[in-house]
Amino acid sequence: MKIAGEKIITGKGATLHLIPTKKYKTISIAVKLQAPLERETITARALLPYVLQQGTANLSDARALRLKLDDLYGAILSISGTKKGEKHIITLRLDVANENYLSDRTPLFEKAVDLLREILFEPKAENNAFTESIVTREIQTLKQKMVALKDDKMSYANMRLIDEMCKDEPYSLHVHGYEEELKDMDGGKLYGFYEKMLKQDKMDIYILGDVESELAEKAVQPFLERDIAPLEERTASVHPASDEVQEVIETQDVQQAKLHLGYRTNIRYDDSDYAALQVFNGLFGGFPSSKLFRNVREKHSLAYYAASRFESHKGLLFVFSGIDPKDYQKAKEIIDAQLASMQAGEFEGSEVEEVKDLIVSQILETIDNPAGHIETLYQQVMGNKNVTIEQMLDSIQQVTTEDVLQVAKKVQLDTVYLLTNKEAEKNA
Amino acid sequence: MHKKHYEQLQESVYAETLPNGLKVFLQPKPEMAKTYAIFSTNYGSVDQTFVPLDGKEKITVPEGIAHFLEHKLFEKEDRDVFQDFTKQGASANAFTSFTQTAYLFSATSHIEENVTTLLDFVQDPYFSDKSVEKEKGIIAQEIRMYDDQPDWRSFFGTIQSLFQSHPVRIDIAGTVDSIQEITKEDLYTCYNTFYHPSNMTLFVTGNIDEEKMIELIRANQDSKKFAPPAKIERFFPEEPETVAEKKKQVRMPVSVSKCMVGIKENTDYASPEAYLKQELLTDMVLDYYFSKSGVYYEELYKNDLIDDSFGFETSLEKNFGFSIIGGNTKEPDRFADTVKGMLQRMKDHTVSEAEMERIKKKTIGQMLRAMNSLEFVSNRFIQYHLAGVDLFDIVPAIEKLTAADANGFLKEWFNEDRLAVCQILPQEA
Repeated sequence: MKIAGEKIITGKGATLHLIPTKKYKTISIAVKLQAPLERETITARALLPYVLQQGTANLSDARALRLKLDDLYGAILSISGTKKGEKHIITLRLDVANENYLSDRTPLFEKAVDLLREILFEPKAENNAFTESIVTREIQTLKQKMVALKDDKMSYANMRLIDEMCKDEPYSLHVHGYEEELKDMDGGKLYGFYEKMLKQDKMDIYILGDVESELAEKAVQPFLERDIAPLEERTASVHPASDEVQEVIETQDVQQAKLHLGYRTNIRYDDSDYAALQVFNGLFGGFPSSKLFRNVREKHSLAYYAASRFESHKGLLFVFSGIDPKDYQKAKEIIDAQLASMQAGEFEGSEVEEVKDLIVSQILETIDNPAGHIETLYQQVMGNKNVTIEQMLDSIQQVTTEDVLQVAKKVQLDTVYLLTNKEAEKNA
Repeated sequence: MHKKHYEQLQESVYAETLPNGLKVFLQPKPEMAKTYAIFSTNYGSVDQTFVPLDGKEKITVPEGIAHFLEHKLFEKEDRDVFQDFTKQGASANAFTSFTQTAYLFSATSHIEENVTTLLDFVQDPYFSDKSVEKEKGIIAQEIRMYDDQPDWRSFFGTIQSLFQSHPVRIDIAGTVDSIQEITKEDLYTCYNTFYHPSNMTLFVTGNIDEEKMIELIRANQDSKKFAPPAKIERFFPEEPETVAEKKKQVRMPVSVSKCMVGIKENTDYASPEAYLKQELLTDMVLDYYFSKSGVYYEELYKNDLIDDSFGFETSLEKNFGFSIIGGNTKEPDRFADTVKGMLQRMKDHTVSEAEMERIKKKTIGQMLRAMNSLEFVSNRFIQYHLAGVDLFDIVPAIEKLTAADANGFLKEWFNEDRLAVCQILPQEA
């Protein structure tokens, strides 16, 4: 096994990242468009991915576009919006079969890139406006998405925690946007946001698979030559944790309570202690061997899941667990005790070594998956830090027990969010 | 060890059945960093009634016991096996389905130690009264978590409305009440009956050397003693043609309603080839009409009856099978009636040769994409193997299908008596 290297080609309008590898039976193409996370644009940027899938200048409707994908041996198209730190990313992905594994050897890659170009640069529009009926229908879809989010209690609790914790920070903006902004959205307005995206967003293109680099470079020329007027880079705002921990309790008719806690680490991807943060998280709640799982679940049988996850570009850390509503205080005390124990240095050097191996393995496994490999590399663009995968692994191996302890001391509880039921709240 | 090479896919699989009956499959993928191993027993939530090993009478065990056993195998007298894997840089997991219980790990180092740990922990159970009691709290929380998930409730609700007596209608994890009955003795009874090597399969894929790996596995198994293989007698009640409930409504605190249309599939396959053909055609036909390129999808979407949560799936097993179509909808009744009407109309449709070519292309391309995943290949390989089908022969099997096959299938497939609807609705004010 050899880790595939990344070849970077910088064009006027976009940066091309080539990752040649024979690991897969497909070729993956991803186009990333990055913009600041802002209240004024978030709703339109949440709507655009839906509208862009409704046809192109040459493919009259969504079904015609889908039939075209089917003809390309079931190429998979997805367009989605996500937030990373205080940036918003629109990703267009197209995975297409490598014809070397088909009995029909007609080349598919160039056709796939051309289709992606058409979807992005030549959407179905007239006189600088998207078709009104399409926009109206997709607004419905987006609205339903916003409402349905409430039915997934884990996502809902997560969103509500961030709402409360990051009230005055862009990070609390909802990735699906806001219903009130949709009231006067129309084809013309949305097209304005689309043009702004094409003109101002930072664009990165990833091509991963068994493709010749000259061929790939030639295929993506239209992207590389895009006319742009990029925005100034802006770094994420820094917020110290408030002195007092805020506690937010909400009730709904649920069987299981969701206890989510938000912490500030203020450690980001390009910080020197980022690797130590990863190791900290591994000891605290990232694995089944971590303190949270061992104590909340195995020792006290309070939960089926209890884990932690860190956010890389804003400097946050979250703990999640699903508990019996009556166990709130007890579960919270046990979670607090685990952080205190980390901060008191109650972990062995051998545990640190084990967790480092687990993280290295996790990174290697992630890059055994095309989307995982692309996301791992794109983290670097987001974090303004260019390292090879080998260097990334090396920085994990360098972490010492002392480094982890220093990170533990930086972690501060900010907000406790509990979604529980009415009976439990009376007794809380 | 028997090698089979698949020229078009450029894959090789090595197979061997050990003297104790364990079936081993190895698929070296040296370009991968990762190795994935799955050790699976042909025993799932539907295996409720059986004659225990060394027993004479058939017994029925508490609901949710296969899943409970899966949890408990990780705990030993002195330690938790998760931690053993962790020490060896691996991440371990397990799952229980209707028909399978599987233990697995993935790792990029210490592969031989991890394979040994996998085999040893599954083949060395330790159950105590205390640890069985302790697990009830954890599993109760797992059940409660699913109770709050409308997607799971609608999936399971559909199955319960389709099946009258087949144990597929029992929730895989059981209920908070049913798991209270489980004892350590029950766990040993199930373990001894279903975890014999002759009822199990091991699949290892990734960065491995097949010769060294098989040596290790042979030596490991040779060092252990097992009872002689015995045929397991399992009992399944006769499942009538008709459904349990034509329409089921579940009230829970949701903001958006859901509606699922379920079809109880016919399962009298004449041969493994017939089974595969039926499975492929069901998938392809559903895809043809209800995927985003489908004419029915377009109709449902334009009429504002679905959103992007809409989907469909088919699951065909030896003695039960179902297909489910649905998702979020603002009008559950109109959605159900519309889909029912579409299924009726399919009888009179025909698929042209050109359309069939396009569906085949799509199915093949998506199969290649799925094969990027070691997890997909291993899990599906085992599942198909139990049905007598070779996963890597599927692409040629798809290539052989014709429009006439699809049209023949369409004529026979839909039967109103086998259809049920399950709706998830907001609570009444």
